[in-house]
Amino acid sequence: MNAIQIQDLHKRYGEVRALDGLQLEVQKGSIYGFLGPNGAGKTTTLRILSGLARADSGKVTIDGDAEVAVNHPSNHIGYLPEEPAFYTWMTPNEFLDYTGEIFHLDAKTRKARASELIELSGLKEAQKRKIGGFSHGMRQRLGFAQAMMNEPDVLLLDEPVSALDPAGRKEILELIQSLRGRCTILMSTHILADVERVCDTIGIIDKGRMVIQADRGELLNRYAVSAIDVELANGSAAKIEEIKATFERIDGVSSVGIEQNTLHIAAQDVQPILPRLMQMIMAQGVQVNKIEVVRPSLEDIFMQLTGEGRVEA
Amino acid sequence: MNLWTAFKKEFLEQRRTKKLLIAVIVLAAFGMLSPLMAKLIPEIFASIPSMAFYANLIPTPTVNDAVMQYVKNLTQFGVLLAVLFSMGAVAQEKEKGTTAMVLSKPMPRGSFLIAKFLGIGLTFLAAVAASALGGYYYTYFLFEALPVGSFLAMNGLLLLYMLVYAAVTLFFSTLTRTQFIAIGGAAGVLIIFNVLAALPKIGQYAPEALIANATNLVLGQPITSWWGLWVSLIIIVVALTGAWLAFRKQEI
Repeated sequence: MNAIQIQDLHKRYGEVRALDGLQLEVQKGSIYGFLGPNGAGKTTTLRILSGLARADSGKVTIDGDAEVAVNHPSNHIGYLPEEPAFYTWMTPNEFLDYTGEIFHLDAKTRKARASELIELSGLKEAQKRKIGGFSHGMRQRLGFAQAMMNEPDVLLLDEPVSALDPAGRKEILELIQSLRGRCTILMSTHILADVERVCDTIGIIDKGRMVIQADRGELLNRYAVSAIDVELANGSAAKIEEIKATFERIDGVSSVGIEQNTLHIAAQDVQPILPRLMQMIMAQGVQVNKIEVVRPSLEDIFMQLTGEGRVEA
Repeated sequence: MNLWTAFKKEFLEQRRTKKLLIAVIVLAAFGMLSPLMAKLIPEIFASIPSMAFYANLIPTPTVNDAVMQYVKNLTQFGVLLAVLFSMGAVAQEKEKGTTAMVLSKPMPRGSFLIAKFLGIGLTFLAAVAASALGGYYYTYFLFEALPVGSFLAMNGLLLLYMLVYAAVTLFFSTLTRTQFIAIGGAAGVLIIFNVLAALPKIGQYAPEALIANATNLVLGQPITSWWGLWVSLIIIVVALTGAWLAFRKQEI
């Protein structure tokens, strides 16, 4: 059963086509990773789902509710925007209490829930401080807490860990993982490693259209592009662009990327390429530290499907 | 409806951001100073050797001067505060992103708006009450006792006058994301109403007619038209309804 169902969603901002017939389905209880390059339409989709923006056409249903519309946000959702904003004169407890009151929770439940979420989001020591003095990361944690206040059936997270330090990111990702089965999560992020780590299903959106939507394992298998990493020694690092151009001419190579001193060579099948690659390295006197066959990553698939050289939100 | 929840938050905000305190202090100060200034200006002039001549030209102050000074000060500073307090009420929240946090939850936009107006209204009610208290005492102390019922009614009209501009500014604040456009719109309306108020026959319909009504009420002079009161109430209702109609369809 689907918790979120989006059919043929269109949205324009003047001349810009933000969503162009988007189709999206999120299964109940799953964690859905929503990926796409900058301006692909991820935030627009989440804003429509949360009732903050209006689609030009198409149909959106959340958890069996009637269609979502501006001014009629679903009672069953929790929403964390990309940059959560708060009343800076409130304390975190007061903001959570206010949120709970909007959802008509009684005072006892609000108090207990706020206390639990403050603890979970690591804000216990700051619970009596004004939000105005909070760091970006602390606001992100509080944003996560307020989205959880009503124990939502569907949690919409727009870049939930982008402002967090590694420890904070790990905690929030673990928290997201712990919600698997208890609520449905749709999260947009530009950190592909996080998606690989916590998401069951992955949807890649580009130019307002769904490029692919599949189970994580299935996606990795279907688009399994093997790769060879060649780490150049200092003596050859200066010529990395020249070497890249040479490698790109090898038959069967789909793309060559550069990351510091390493060339990342992607191909459908790396085995026939290896001898030719070695031959070229020897013939041109390229000095290398390491040559390694690496497993395909979600980043490779993402780049292959969207044609992006760099992954962004 | 969530109106009570939104209203509690708004009034807490008025207190925490010191808006309530500022409004009470400013209006109470002018409430007390008005009769004091009316009484003391001739004496102040007389005490300055180079100004003594002018002191003789000023007629002996009466309770009428105190009342007129009170009305003038309260309307000027009251309207200024009403515009300043309302200009960012919605625009600033949209700009900062707090509306997105609140309106993605089941908070009706009408409740969100009305609560803002009620929060500002309560702040001005408290401020006008403090002003009335100070103004009444000093007028009694320096001149004579004013009829209590008329004085209260006068303050009610002055409060309504301030709320007209609070509602108009709130309307512009809802239409835009920039509070400076809101203050510009409110200033434009203020100028138009003042021009209309100066026109014969039409002037009685402008909210500014409330000021004359308020003064006449307490001085026991006849009030020829109550149109200003009805038009003011209509402006408040129209401004808030317009704000709601625009806001309910807005993308945040």
